[in-house]
Amino acid sequence: MELKRVVVTGLGALTPIGNTVPEYWNGLINGVSGAAPITRFDASLFKTKFACEVKNFKPEDFLDRKEARKLDPFVQYALVSTDEAVADAGLDFENLDTHRIGVIWGSGIGGLKTFQDEVTSFALGDGTPRFNPFFIPKMILDIAPGHISIKYGLRGPNFSTVSACASSTNALIDAFNYIRLGMADVIISGGSESIINEAGMGGFNAMHALSTRNDDPATASRPFDKDRDGFVAGEGSGTIILEELDHAIARGAKIYAEIIGGGMSADANHITAPHPEGLGAKLVMSNALKDARLTTADVDYINVHGTSTGLGDKSESKAIVALYGEDAYRLNISSTKSMTGHLLGAAGAVESIAAILAVKNDIIPPTINHFTDDPEIDPRLNLTFNTAQKRLVRAAQSNTFGFGGHNASVIFRKYED
Amino acid sequence: MSDIASRVKAIIVEKLGVDESEVNPEASFTNDLGADSLDTVELIMEFEKEFNVAIPDDQAETIGTVGQAIAYLEKNVK
Repeated sequence: MELKRVVVTGLGALTPIGNTVPEYWNGLINGVSGAAPITRFDASLFKTKFACEVKNFKPEDFLDRKEARKLDPFVQYALVSTDEAVADAGLDFENLDTHRIGVIWGSGIGGLKTFQDEVTSFALGDGTPRFNPFFIPKMILDIAPGHISIKYGLRGPNFSTVSACASSTNALIDAFNYIRLGMADVIISGGSESIINEAGMGGFNAMHALSTRNDDPATASRPFDKDRDGFVAGEGSGTIILEELDHAIARGAKIYAEIIGGGMSADANHITAPHPEGLGAKLVMSNALKDARLTTADVDYINVHGTSTGLGDKSESKAIVALYGEDAYRLNISSTKSMTGHLLGAAGAVESIAAILAVKNDIIPPTINHFTDDPEIDPRLNLTFNTAQKRLVRAAQSNTFGFGGHNASVIFRKYED
Repeated sequence: MSDIASRVKAIIVEKLGVDESEVNPEASFTNDLGADSLDTVELIMEFEKEFNVAIPDDQAETIGTVGQAIAYLEKNVK
């Protein structure tokens, strides 16, 4: 059976550095940091008092008040970025076969705020269970694609993927697979996350996963820098519309890029720590290249997972050198988490958007906040420190790795007939 | 309008996102005010909280309109 070609025809983004795709891309290529003191709750007793929050976002600007009240922030974000992507793609659902249009959506945790609020309210009571009837449908992770399907009347494949910080990359790979197998024409894919609340920050703080550079939040996310001290929590949503090529051509859609490969692997090593030699990372990049039928000579940019943790950045850079060999020194590498923070389950979606736009625009967004070289990171790698670089980008690879040892990587290429 | 009636209306306006003018005694939560089954459960819970009463399920099932809610609460709130 011949596999169908799949292209990207619409994008939407709600991120800590921009609430639309043009704003997000502008932030990326100008090296803007999204980090600032936490405004969502009083973090004065927390070890980390800053994060990359979505800014100037009022749900009632997009959703009616009654509707917004029943949606956890991670679902509000999903609906907003998806609105942008649907409009961007020019999808007119009235005139399309909506039985062949699906939604596959990733999130790492789902409605953590909703869970926290309901359980807190129960714990403060006299033991009488007065749980809100919307508690469960507001919290569950898969409600995000559910709401998207209801809003647009889409009756194709619909579910969520969960692999912590690789979740939305897995969503993209699933969407890619269903379309290339001929099981859907269009899939709205991506992911969203909202964990900047007491439970989220307290939980990640307890793991010593977060940067505690409270005196200078804007430089706290510094992937590959010698003095990196953990990731910076982010939040938001990214929507990527994948479409079967002939379907896109038939309706005259604009095409950003072609998705040509997806790879998956597991570290099988530790619940949270990456394999020290990056074995899982090397394997996932290799699997994606094989799926795309590319060699290491064909890729010009890797948007790395690069969370700004001591172990993670080191093992990922080792994996790139181990797999790419001399090609590792020819291509550009960057971690856009230096600007957005770590959007966890939404990271794969927003970083794939960065990779897609790098392919489309021939610009590599930088890894900002580089001050001091780390002797344990190969100095010959071009990590695109501090300033965006122009170069021809024929193909770009986007990596994400999740707690649990889940790895997922996708490859986008310039679209050519 | 009694104090209970005005508090009931305020809850309905807030939870169902409807205009106050629509909240008349004959209005049915589901047929007139756009509530689904979960909204109705939530309304009953809000009445319980606001008036510090427990509304048993078999009683809750008989409360389908604004007027029925007000009448029930006027009778059962001490």
